[in-house]
Amino acid sequence: MPLLPGKRLLLTGVLTDTSIAFHVARLAQQEGAEVVLSSFGRATRITQAIARRLPAPAPVIELDVTSPADLDALPARVGEHVDGLDGVLHAIGFAPEAALGGNFLATGWDDVATAVHVSAYSLKALTVAARPLFGPRVSVVGLDFDAAVAWPRYDWMGVAKAALESTARYLARDLGQHGVRVNLVSAGPLSTTAAKSIPGFSELSGIWGSRAPLGWDVYDPEPAALACIALLSDLFPATTGEIVHVDGGVHAMGA
Amino acid sequence: MAASEQEILAGLAEIVNEETGIPTGDVALDKSFTDDLDIDSLSMMTIVVNAEDKFGVKIPDDEVKNLKTVGDAVAFIQRAGA
Repeated sequence: MPLLPGKRLLLTGVLTDTSIAFHVARLAQQEGAEVVLSSFGRATRITQAIARRLPAPAPVIELDVTSPADLDALPARVGEHVDGLDGVLHAIGFAPEAALGGNFLATGWDDVATAVHVSAYSLKALTVAARPLFGPRVSVVGLDFDAAVAWPRYDWMGVAKAALESTARYLARDLGQHGVRVNLVSAGPLSTTAAKSIPGFSELSGIWGSRAPLGWDVYDPEPAALACIALLSDLFPATTGEIVHVDGGVHAMGA
Repeated sequence: MAASEQEILAGLAEIVNEETGIPTGDVALDKSFTDDLDIDSLSMMTIVVNAEDKFGVKIPDDEVKNLKTVGDAVAFIQRAGA
């Protein structure tokens, strides 16, 4: 039995076929979902090319989550392809170079503000923008990196992820009464385009495998994508404001 | 039959032209993607994805940084079995 029969999903963050979101799209289509992708600016051409590698065609709409005009236009743009939404994947994060890589004490507010706007506030902006399309039961899923502790070189991106985690809880609070669940998947380090732009990624990924009771493969985005599929399905009807760790168990270990 | 160097170069030049508007005649084996053709990382990603589809090869992310010239890319695609 498919897990997402007839579900209409808006998936952000498909950039390459190593993207977690690409694998969510692939698995979602295999599980019976209808998928609309979003991308923005010059990345749209890459997303369109990568979308052709999915099992079924997937339209790509333009969406810059920091653009009020794009957010206003979202229901109409998505509505050209599907008549409503049952799920949304937030796979969006960005921090300027000055906000990452060991520059924590010197980073200025403008760079921090960009990181928090694109990576955390956008979960609220995207969810609210998509609301006019929401059916009676909706699952919003975001991609997280464990913000409970400080990491080498992750710096203000870590602070932005802490804001993302909190944003998810407040969205869960305010939208639960409308049948909207909001959850995050906190994956271990994966060798995606997004991750490789983070200085210090290799030292982080190096220690992960040795600390994870289940082991960890930085080249396998499927476990994280499968968790997104599960949360987008009807299998977690009473779960919201939750962070599901897909990290080989590292978050639970003291050393 | 495997594609010749000239066939791969011609196909790659078309992809580069489509992405950047650079005339196909300027996409020569000795040209550097960044220094001579002024192609940035985002355009390079698009070119790589389209080249993978066109030639039926996989160009791993880790390999892309080694493809400094058009000739490097043509040689990689040829070795990868296009």
